[in-house]
Amino acid sequence: MEKQNRLAVLLGPPGLYLLILFLLPLGIMAVFSFRAGTIGDARFIYTLDNYREFLTKTSFHRLLLISARIALTIASLSVILAYPLAYYLTFRAGSRRVILLTMLIVPTWTSYLLRIFAWKLILGSTGLLNTFLLWIGAIEQANPILLYSRNAVVITLLYVWVPFVALPIFAALERIDPSLLEAAADLGSRPWETFLRITLPLSLPGVMAGFFFALIPTLGEYVTPLLVGGGQGAMYGNLIQDQFVRALNWPMGSVMSLAMLVLAIPLLFLFTKAGGSDLVEF
Amino acid sequence: MTELTVELRNVSKIYPARRSSGKDVVAVREVSLDIPSGEFFTLLGPSGCGKTTTLRLIAGFEQPTSGEVYLQGKAVSKIPTYKRPVNTVFQNYALFPHMTVAKNVGFGLTVKRVPKAERERRVMEALELVQLPDLANRKPSQLSGGQQQRVALARALVNRPTVLLLDEPLGALDLKLRKAMQLELKQLQERLGITFVYVTHDQEEALTMSDRIAVMNYGEALQVGDPMTLYEKPANSFVADFIGESNFVRGTVKQVDDDEAQIAIGRKVIAVRLEEERPSPNQNVLLTIRPEKLWLSEPDEQADGLPGVVEEVVYIGTSTRYIVALEAGDEIVVRLQNRPGTKMAGLGRGAPVKVSWRFEDARIIEADGRGEELVIG
Ligand SMILES: Nc1ncnc2c1ncn2[C@@H]1O[C@H](COP(=O)(O)OP(=O)(O)OP(=O)(O)O)[C@@H](O)[C@H]1O
Ligand SMILES: [Mg+2]
Repeated sequence: MEKQNRLAVLLGPPGLYLLILFLLPLGIMAVFSFRAGTIGDARFIYTLDNYREFLTKTSFHRLLLISARIALTIASLSVILAYPLAYYLTFRAGSRRVILLTMLIVPTWTSYLLRIFAWKLILGSTGLLNTFLLWIGAIEQANPILLYSRNAVVITLLYVWVPFVALPIFAALERIDPSLLEAAADLGSRPWETFLRITLPLSLPGVMAGFFFALIPTLGEYVTPLLVGGGQGAMYGNLIQDQFVRALNWPMGSVMSLAMLVLAIPLLFLFTKAGGSDLVEF
Repeated sequence: MTELTVELRNVSKIYPARRSSGKDVVAVREVSLDIPSGEFFTLLGPSGCGKTTTLRLIAGFEQPTSGEVYLQGKAVSKIPTYKRPVNTVFQNYALFPHMTVAKNVGFGLTVKRVPKAERERRVMEALELVQLPDLANRKPSQLSGGQQQRVALARALVNRPTVLLLDEPLGALDLKLRKAMQLELKQLQERLGITFVYVTHDQEEALTMSDRIAVMNYGEALQVGDPMTLYEKPANSFVADFIGESNFVRGTVKQVDDDEAQIAIGRKVIAVRLEEERPSPNQNVLLTIRPEKLWLSEPDEQADGLPGVVEEVVYIGTSTRYIVALEAGDEIVVRLQNRPGTKMAGLGRGAPVKVSWRFEDARIIEADGRGEELVIG
């Protein structure tokens, strides 16, 4: 009894918080998705038309798939870039580790928007990158594709995510007992093989955490595409935003949001599985 | 059989100070060892004396600051760990948590690309050797400490190393299991004929298992010898004290003859046999005598033996310990077997006694050159 009470006290506040601010809005959104309109009498007519329309609009599906692909690309690249960073910090940085770790985190203390605007300055046609490429003679003309494209979105989001993805990988590598690596060498394993057979599998929970850490938010991302993606770089999140803000079609926006949720759930399921030790096996 | 498998020549290992204010740590100091093949060799010493570091130098996890390690006659300082014909049983076992017992044991064969069929056969053989064939598919976390220890052993032995390094492999086991494993390890070593370099801080374990022992302290190998030599002829007071129990009695040399010296202890002068140490007259020396080599009798001014008073009597089953305060100043421990008819059985605290020993049982182990006071311990 005692124990149950204590559990209730601990879980109560966050539970209530999630209920009011997460599950309730989700329910409201589900209700909205069946309404015939956003305002007026249409609000009180419930219909499946929105769903029918969504299912027939291939342009929506295409953008959803493209967004999923971009999110997967960004999550994968983040892991690939963050892993060596985390590895260096754990095994090679020695006494500089704390300083380097801080340097990795410090940029995230400035505003997210500010950092993305900074990328506009770097990628723009008179930006840092173009000017530099012109100066060294790598290109003839300022290249406008750099800004307002999918590439710009990928580059910017990678920059945003890498430090965050590095942290769980760092934590996982940090937990590896160094004597395991010595034992592997002792048994005749070359450094590279030790990495593949011991270090990498033991760090997989961190890799998975980092991967989904970048993947899920990127799937619904709309600020970065808006700022550096332009028309070409738009993602599914921008489409949803349009429905709510510009088209004032809340029911459609709700359907689209729910569709994304449905896509994300299997991914999240994978995530919880990866968090356990099951995946850490040959 | 006189072929040397492991050789250390003046090996030192200095760990640089962590902070600029700190001091460098000399973990191993000018250690030279010759370990012939097939020997059960033990590094024995208190915590922090450099046993693990010595093993790590042989395995290649650390590079000597100076000196050289030879394996089968070859200098190995440029040979990385993974190429050395040496395997280690780690103190914490270091089993790979994400692999089954069979995968753990087979790891060395896998990375050496031993074909699957042979690998599986040898893994099963190794698991049978350590009596764990049924646990092949378990994960390390599902094993008891003793079972993990056996898996670690199998994982090393399956590679048929020339030298097996064992770092306090029984340290985490309870006393009974430890005793059983000591016997098992010793038998295994004799059967396989592999050179064992075994680390322990337990002198009893070292004495029961080893062919030869190196006693270490503060990074130095103080004495290397077989168990009996170390026990009977300790080279210095540290070894005498660390291996078994020893008494130390201070005295002054009166006269030195061919093979014996007359030593003054208090107002008594006692003849002591001379071995390697040759003290000169008026030198202060330290005598060492094992507690079980002493006996007690009624005080008697004429005969040899040191007068004293019983300070404490401790009954410990098969024997009784008497702590006697010698008239000359030092304290001495006497251990008498509890046999029927032992005359001293009723001796109590405060009783005046005489402590005696056979001529050959006392040894001079330290002599200082300047006639200064010797410090015991
Ligand atoms: N990596 C290291 N850096 C600095 N000092 C070290 C390092 N490893 C060991 N030492 C120091 O070297 C000395 C010898 O250590 P070592 O581990 O060899 O002792 P040990 O005899 O194995 O002791 P124990 O019985 O406690 O395991 C100790 O003073 C220890 O603090
Ligand atoms: Mg040690």
